[in-house]
Amino acid sequence: MTQRSTFIFSMLCFGFAFLYIPIILVIIYSFNDSKLVTVWGGWSIRWYIELFNNENILNAALLSFRIAAITATCATIFGTMAGLILARLRQFRGRMLFTGMIASPLVMPEVITGLSLLLLFVSLQNLIGWPSQRGMNTITIAHITFSMAYVAVIIQSRLTEINESLEEAAMDLGARPARVIWDITLPIILPAMISGWLLAFTLSLDDLVISSFVSGPGATTLPMLIFSKVRLGVSPDINALATILILLVTIGVSMAGWIIHRQKRLKPTS
Amino acid sequence: MSGLLINVDNSFRERLWKNLIIAIPYLWLLLFFLAPFLIVLKISLADPIVAQPPFTPLFQESKDGSMSIYTTFDNYLYLFQDSLYLVTYLSSVKLAFISTVLALLIGYPIAYGIARSPQPTRNILLLLVVIPFWISFLLRVYAWMGILKTKGLLNGFLLWIGIIDQPLELLYTDIAVYIGMIYSYLPFMILPLYANLEKLDIRLLEAASDLGARRWEVFKDVTLPLSLPGIIAGCCLMFIPAIGEYVIPALLGGADTLMIGRVLFDEFFLNRDWPVASAVAIVLVLLLVLPIVYFQKRQNQELWSES
Repeated sequence: MTQRSTFIFSMLCFGFAFLYIPIILVIIYSFNDSKLVTVWGGWSIRWYIELFNNENILNAALLSFRIAAITATCATIFGTMAGLILARLRQFRGRMLFTGMIASPLVMPEVITGLSLLLLFVSLQNLIGWPSQRGMNTITIAHITFSMAYVAVIIQSRLTEINESLEEAAMDLGARPARVIWDITLPIILPAMISGWLLAFTLSLDDLVISSFVSGPGATTLPMLIFSKVRLGVSPDINALATILILLVTIGVSMAGWIIHRQKRLKPTS
Repeated sequence: MSGLLINVDNSFRERLWKNLIIAIPYLWLLLFFLAPFLIVLKISLADPIVAQPPFTPLFQESKDGSMSIYTTFDNYLYLFQDSLYLVTYLSSVKLAFISTVLALLIGYPIAYGIARSPQPTRNILLLLVVIPFWISFLLRVYAWMGILKTKGLLNGFLLWIGIIDQPLELLYTDIAVYIGMIYSYLPFMILPLYANLEKLDIRLLEAASDLGARRWEVFKDVTLPLSLPGIIAGCCLMFIPAIGEYVIPALLGGADTLMIGRVLFDEFFLNRDWPVASAVAIVLVLLLVLPIVYFQKRQNQELWSES
């Protein structure tokens, strides 16, 4: 057994080194004093100061966070509905089409989703005059559309895990379906809804390609700004920005993981 | 009598509720997912013109006021006549395929190692796989730019330990694209593999080795076939989006790195040829339909067999 364990162990080490060394290097070099990004010039926080004085970056970050918050909330509502339908309603008219439409955004290349949504917005504008301008609204709609699919999958897999007997019992005792959903189903899937919200938030905050397609003049999200900068090469203030975002994500994910872990321990049966 | 009435009223309200819950996400997806596709299809059948929007309308009004439908397959013919597009489709499939295979080879032992770890370690390792997945895709790709540059950290390190005496050209080559692909999609590969390997009944492995199978045989004849659903899920999750990838070839690839996502993006934004871009998209969807349908079928089977 030892021989194989050594192999597995070294693959684990290699894998995690591969996953983390680039991230760690970005963090270290964000404190680099030198303007030459890959030449070490001593520790400094000048890029952070520069970052917080850069109004473009701050505005883009604000826009991205606003879009992400709206997206995550709407996507969680729609995605939960879709997940409920997929897991609990085995038969209704058009189920096949619905399953296909919910699962396709997960694997659809972003360029296609972006292109098709832009063409929709352009056509709608010619047809009914809405959206009169592309920007935050159109980006938010596009983000809701692809991230609700992720929420739906999370909710669906959680619902197939849990037993339907609780819901059936409530129904047998005379509770109406709407009441059952509200009092029984929703509390059970709440952790899944929270993970769904977080995932939708991150996906929205992260999206470059779809936003680039459906955005209009004046609406530049954070990824769009970063992309236009790093296209020309590595830039030290982006390192600082990356470090801040990485820190936020790590704290968020660890906290969510801890909460879910603790809930599982408290309620080992559910 | 009144009880019956209330009942009728209730069931009507229940139906209303149920239909509302179905209708909201359904209509949203019809409007913002299906309709856009039909529009792409429509525009791929139009001619480019210099106007706003830059394509000919589907319904054209002739001078006597009658409507006629105007379609053309010129854009599709153009795709097949210009070898650039054919080469690009093939090279996207090749890049995505090789990266998927490499990611499987790297990801499988990692997933296996995590699934066989004792419980507290396992959760931490799993969290460590998940965290990069949540960190911005763009920033993770960007992180490699500083490493792979000609005067970057990897070359500096290799020169310093004396393996090479000339810096290697890595950034803006296909090698950089492969590294970026594997790096970005590795969590997508590890997680389904882990989910599968975790469920693997260890007694089967013990039985096989008790019956005299060697370690390699146990792996080849028991573990590998049983983990096939995980392998397929991981490969689909990586291969399908990788074909249309835009960010990685745009940041790490060179001018000669041909990927269809990038060609589509440039066709749309630089050349402003919407009909050809739409035709590129339609052909890409057709290319992906088979693996997507296959993947969904398997996923549904998995879900129902679990429940």
